[in-house]
Amino acid sequence: MSDDWQIVWFTVRVAAMAALLILPPGLAMAWLLARYRWRGKSIVETIVALPLVMPPVATGLILLHLFGRRGAIGSLLPFDIVFTWRAVVLAMMVMSFPLLVRAARVAFEEVEPRLEQIARTLGASNARVFATITLPLAARGIAGGLLLAFARALGEFGATILVAGNIPGRTSTLSLSIYHSVQLGRDGEAFRLLLYSVAAAFAAVWLAEFMAGRSRARG
Amino acid sequence: MPRLLLLALLLLSCTRTSELRVFAAASLADALTEVAAASGEKVVFNFGASSTLARQIDAGAPADLFVSADEGWMDWLAERRRIDPATRVAILSNRLAIIGDLRSARSIALADPAAVPAGIYARIYLEQEGLWDELSPRIIPTDNVRAALHAVESGNADAAIVYVTDAATSRTVRITTVVEDGPPISYPAAVVHGAEQPDAAKRFLAALRSEAAAAIFRRHGFIVRS
Repeated sequence: MSDDWQIVWFTVRVAAMAALLILPPGLAMAWLLARYRWRGKSIVETIVALPLVMPPVATGLILLHLFGRRGAIGSLLPFDIVFTWRAVVLAMMVMSFPLLVRAARVAFEEVEPRLEQIARTLGASNARVFATITLPLAARGIAGGLLLAFARALGEFGATILVAGNIPGRTSTLSLSIYHSVQLGRDGEAFRLLLYSVAAAFAAVWLAEFMAGRSRARG
Repeated sequence: MPRLLLLALLLLSCTRTSELRVFAAASLADALTEVAAASGEKVVFNFGASSTLARQIDAGAPADLFVSADEGWMDWLAERRRIDPATRVAILSNRLAIIGDLRSARSIALADPAAVPAGIYARIYLEQEGLWDELSPRIIPTDNVRAALHAVESGNADAAIVYVTDAATSRTVRITTVVEDGPPISYPAAVVHGAEQPDAAKRFLAALRSEAAAAIFRRHGFIVRS
């Protein structure tokens, strides 16, 4: 039982870390996509959406080649990524990034540009307009996206198994542990873990829907 | 809409084939493919950890012949009456190979020592040597033995224990030690109970024990049992 909690706690922690780490770049990307037109925008949009539709294992393979000890990025870093908890966070970040960007982009687009213009004519700087007008008005949509990204990260499997392996006590998330218990024929253990993951996913999606509903009601 | 349904039905029905389906331990991938080509039999292989394959067969996966990398998983299927015990025969043996330096390695790739034969053999060997307790925190369990080899090939693990025959398939890794006094390794084969192609399976099993096959297995580093 204590092993179960270790797995649940580890999964929730790394998923939360992944969701928080993608927040700044995700918001920046969403803002650029929502508010500006620029060359190559459609290409960037497509690349950002890729992890949603690509086989997660293929994404994992790309990450493995980039971040492995001899990879283009991995070889430059002073610490190991592959087969450590960092690889779990990395896989989760990449897989949930598109969800956050999509939600945040819609939230930004729904903010009335006139309100921002008024603030600007009253002398507020761009940064101040963003912090005091845009962000608060988009906050619920962003929070919903963040929860969705967190929920996606909780369930990440395909990319994680490739870059992080399934190391008990070190990289074993809920999904990896479920797969492993089924492989070993420990169906009872798998079922228990399954219940936890359903509960966690349900809570996250329900909260995200709740947030989205509230933002629609206010709009 | 009816056309779409028809197409879907067609696609579903296409998955049935009359080829011989052999589920075999990952360590046999290269040698068995070669033996099949030499035998002229049309074989579709499913290579993987014997533990995974055994569970797939138990769950009703369409297999005609199973070649396991240990007796344990074959016993497990026999207890569940999923194989034809009269056809069961041990065909090969193998040895473990250590790649890299176990004591100084920060990470050691092993096929999952909780289930996969190569990992179980490696664990037994390390326990014999009194190294298991010291090394187990540094072990990276992999899906099958080839994945352990790949982890050390790609530089993502510092050391690995695999079969001699796996190490021989790699151009980049060097064997540090061949384990001569490890646990006995045995590859049993048996026709799966309720196989769709029992005759072809028996024919292929006989082909595996032929002189021609023995030569191929030996060239890959296996020990042929007679």
